[in-house]
Amino acid sequence: MKPANLKPADFSKYSPEARGLIIAHLQAIRQLPLSFLPNLLREAIDYDFKFPAERSEIEKELEVISRLSSAEREDWFRAFAQVTLTPELEGADWVNQPSRFAEQESAYLWTTHQQDTFRETATAYGARMRAASPPSELPVKRLGIAIIGKGVSSYNAPLFRNLRAHGTYFGKVKSDRGLQVLIDAVGERAMANPLPYGHWYVDGGEALEHDAQITCMSYNNLERARTALLRKMQGEIQRPGMGPEQLRTDLAAMKPSDLGMEKIGDPVLDRFQLKVLTEGSGTQIFSTTFAQWSARDALRRAQPLTLLVRFAPRQRMRPMNELLSDSRITPELDPVGSLVDADMGAYYHWINQQRLPGASQSAFIAWFEDHEQAVAVSPSLPRGVEWVSQISMEELLKMALN
Amino acid sequence: MLCSSVELGGKFLYGFLSPGEISQRLSCSRREFLRGATGAVLGSALASTSPFVHGQKAQQKRKIIVITFGGGARDQETFAPEGQENIPYLLNELAPQSSFFTRVTNHGILGHYVATASLATGVYETLNNFSAVPPDHPTVFEYFRKDLRRPLSDAWVVAPSNGFNRIGESGYRSYGSGATVILPKHLLQAATSGSGHNLDHLLRDNYEDPLYTPVLKGNDLELNQLDRILRLSVDDFMAHARTLSSPDELSVYIAKRLMQQESPSLLWITMHDMDIAHSGAYSLYIEGIRRTDRLCAEIWNAVQSEPEYKDNTTMFILPDFGRDADLDAGGNGFQHHRTGDAASRTTWMMALGKGVREKVIYDQPIQSIDLVPSLGAIMGFSPQLAQGKPIKEFL
Repeated sequence: MKPANLKPADFSKYSPEARGLIIAHLQAIRQLPLSFLPNLLREAIDYDFKFPAERSEIEKELEVISRLSSAEREDWFRAFAQVTLTPELEGADWVNQPSRFAEQESAYLWTTHQQDTFRETATAYGARMRAASPPSELPVKRLGIAIIGKGVSSYNAPLFRNLRAHGTYFGKVKSDRGLQVLIDAVGERAMANPLPYGHWYVDGGEALEHDAQITCMSYNNLERARTALLRKMQGEIQRPGMGPEQLRTDLAAMKPSDLGMEKIGDPVLDRFQLKVLTEGSGTQIFSTTFAQWSARDALRRAQPLTLLVRFAPRQRMRPMNELLSDSRITPELDPVGSLVDADMGAYYHWINQQRLPGASQSAFIAWFEDHEQAVAVSPSLPRGVEWVSQISMEELLKMALN
Repeated sequence: MLCSSVELGGKFLYGFLSPGEISQRLSCSRREFLRGATGAVLGSALASTSPFVHGQKAQQKRKIIVITFGGGARDQETFAPEGQENIPYLLNELAPQSSFFTRVTNHGILGHYVATASLATGVYETLNNFSAVPPDHPTVFEYFRKDLRRPLSDAWVVAPSNGFNRIGESGYRSYGSGATVILPKHLLQAATSGSGHNLDHLLRDNYEDPLYTPVLKGNDLELNQLDRILRLSVDDFMAHARTLSSPDELSVYIAKRLMQQESPSLLWITMHDMDIAHSGAYSLYIEGIRRTDRLCAEIWNAVQSEPEYKDNTTMFILPDFGRDADLDAGGNGFQHHRTGDAASRTTWMMALGKGVREKVIYDQPIQSIDLVPSLGAIMGFSPQLAQGKPIKEFL
C-alpha cells in the first residue's frame, strides 16, 4: 500500500472520531511520504481516547498539512521522502498497525545509519509545525509541584542540586501542614480554572483525599492492574521464541479491559494508565519510576495547568525475576534510595514542564516532605540564590505564583 | 532575605548547539576537569614519538585487558564536576596513571550487545541486539589468534549473559577461531541448579529491557569450566559467590581467577551493573557506577599483583556509549540510550599501563571502532576488515 492509494475504506477499523478526522484530511495525507505518515497515524488512530490537548494538536497538525501548497509540502517533506525503506516495510499493514510499523522503521533506520538524519529531519519538522501553529495563551500560569522523600527521617546530603541553579532554595520551610497546603492549592486551581484533565495529582503510594475535579492516579490504586500485567508478562516470557521486541509488541496491543482497568470508568484515563504500565520501563515494579514516568507523560500528553507529584518509597532492589514474579509479597522498602530517585524525578518534572507552552511564566516547587528544604523556580524568583528566613508553605506558594 | 549566589550551570545552552558542538563541549568539560584534578597535560603538547615498544619479543609478552561498561554512563555522573564523587577510583587512582581520550564517539546502533560487538570487530555491526548471534565481521580475538598464532587459552571474554555468549568469534568465513567466552552468571546458575542457594542477586540479566528477563541456563559444560580452567571446586565457587553483591562483582572474581590460572594475553571484560538505569531508579544507576569504579581499580590492582601481568599490561577502560541527555525531548534522561543524541553517542576512553604516557589528555575525536585497529598496532596483528583507524598515539 502506498499513501497515494489510500481510500476512506482503508480506515474502517479506526474508531469513529479518528476515522472522521483522517478522511477529512485524506487528500493531503495521500501526499505524505511513507517514512513519515505512519508516525502521524500512530497518534491519530487513538484520537478518540486522547486528552483534549493532544486532540487539539493532532487537529492543528492535519490542518497545517492540508493548508500547505504543493511546493510547500514538497519542501517540508523532502528529507522524509529521501529516507529509504525496505519492500517489507512498504508492504506492511501500516494503516492499521502504525505503531508496529514505527518500531520496525526505527530499527531499520538504526541498522542503515539513517537514524541521525531522520532525527534531525523530525526535529526540524516539529519546529516548523510549532511555528505554523502557535499555542493558545494559558488561562493561568502553569504550576508543577514535586513532593519527595516520604518516610525519610533525616538526610544529610544536599538535595535539589540540579534545580537550585534555576530557582531559589529555601532551607527553613515551616513543614507542618505543607502537604495539605499543596494539595488544597491544586484543588483551588481546579475550581478556579475547571478544564478537563487540566489539574493532576500523581501519587507513588496511596493517594490522599483531594478535590473531585482533580485527575488522580496512584501506584497503589493500580496494584491489581500491575499484578495482572506482571503475571501476563511472566507467562509471555516462558513462551518459546519470545523475545523483548515481541513482548513489547504484545504489550502495546493490550486494552484496559485486559488488566481489569475498565472499572475505573474513564476510558481516556484508563488508556493513559495502561500505557504508563506497558510502555514505561520499570513503572510496574518501582513506584518512583511510576511517579516520574506518569508525570512525564501527563505533561507531554495532557499538558495540565497543574501537576502535583508525590513520590513514595519504592521497594528495595531485588533480582528482576523476583520483582516480576512475587508481587504479592510485602516488599522491603528503600526510602533513602527513593529520595535520590525522586530528587532526579523532580528535576525531570521541571524539565518536562518547561517544554510546554507558557514555560517562561511557569512556576515549579519541589519540597522534601515533612522537612524544611524546598526549591522554587519561577520568573518571580531569582535564580541560584538561597532564602535564609523562615517561610510557610502558603507564603512560598504565593511567591512562586506571584 | 536573599543571599549566597550559586553559579549557573548554563546547561540549557546545549539546546542551541549542533550535535558536533555538544560533543566537543562534553569533551572539553572532561578535559578541563581532568586537567584540574590530575595535573594532566594535553597530548597535543607532546612529541609524537610512540611510547610503545614494538619489538617481537616485547609483543609476545604483552598483555592487553579491555574493560567495557555495557550500560553507558554520562558525564554528569562521572567526569563532570558534579559526578566526581561517584568515581573516586577512576579519578584519583587510575586517571593519574593514564592517557585519557576525551572524545570517543559511537556512530553505530546503541544497544549493548551490538555495540560491544562493534567494539570487538572494529566495524559498526548491525546484528539484532537481542539475538544470540555472532558478529558478522572477524573479532579482535580472531585477528589476534590467527596472525600471532596464539592458542585458544590466550584470548578470553568475561561477559554478562544474554547474547554475549557469541561475541568471542564471528561467523566470517576464513576466521572463526576466537576467544572462549565465559559467562559467570551461567556458571553460577549451573552451580546452584536445584540447590536452593539464595544467590539470585548475582543472576540479574538483561537490564536493557527490564520487562524481559529470560531464564538463565547453565549446564555441565560450564561446570566443567570451573574445575578444568578456573581450578575451582563448586563449593569454593559458591562460598565466594555468597560474599558478592552484584553480577559485575562475580565477573571480576572470575576474571581475576582467569588471570591467575590461564594468564591470557588478551582479556576482555564487559561490565553491566550500571545498566540498571533502564529501570528508571536513579539511585541504583549511581550505585552501579560506584561499583564499576571500584571494580576497575580492583582489576588494575590484580594486574599489579600478578607477576605475569605486572609491568607488562596495557589496560583500556571505555563505556560502549553514553546515555540520553536530560534535555533531549525524545528520551527520558539517564534511563535509556535511545535518542542517538550527542550525549548518548559521545564517551571517553582511559588507557593505562605498559607503554602508555601518564597524565596525558587527548582531545582529538576518535571512534569506538578505532579500538581494534589500535590493539592490532600495539600487539602486532592486522585487523584487515576493521573499518576504524589506529589511534595515532599508539603507533
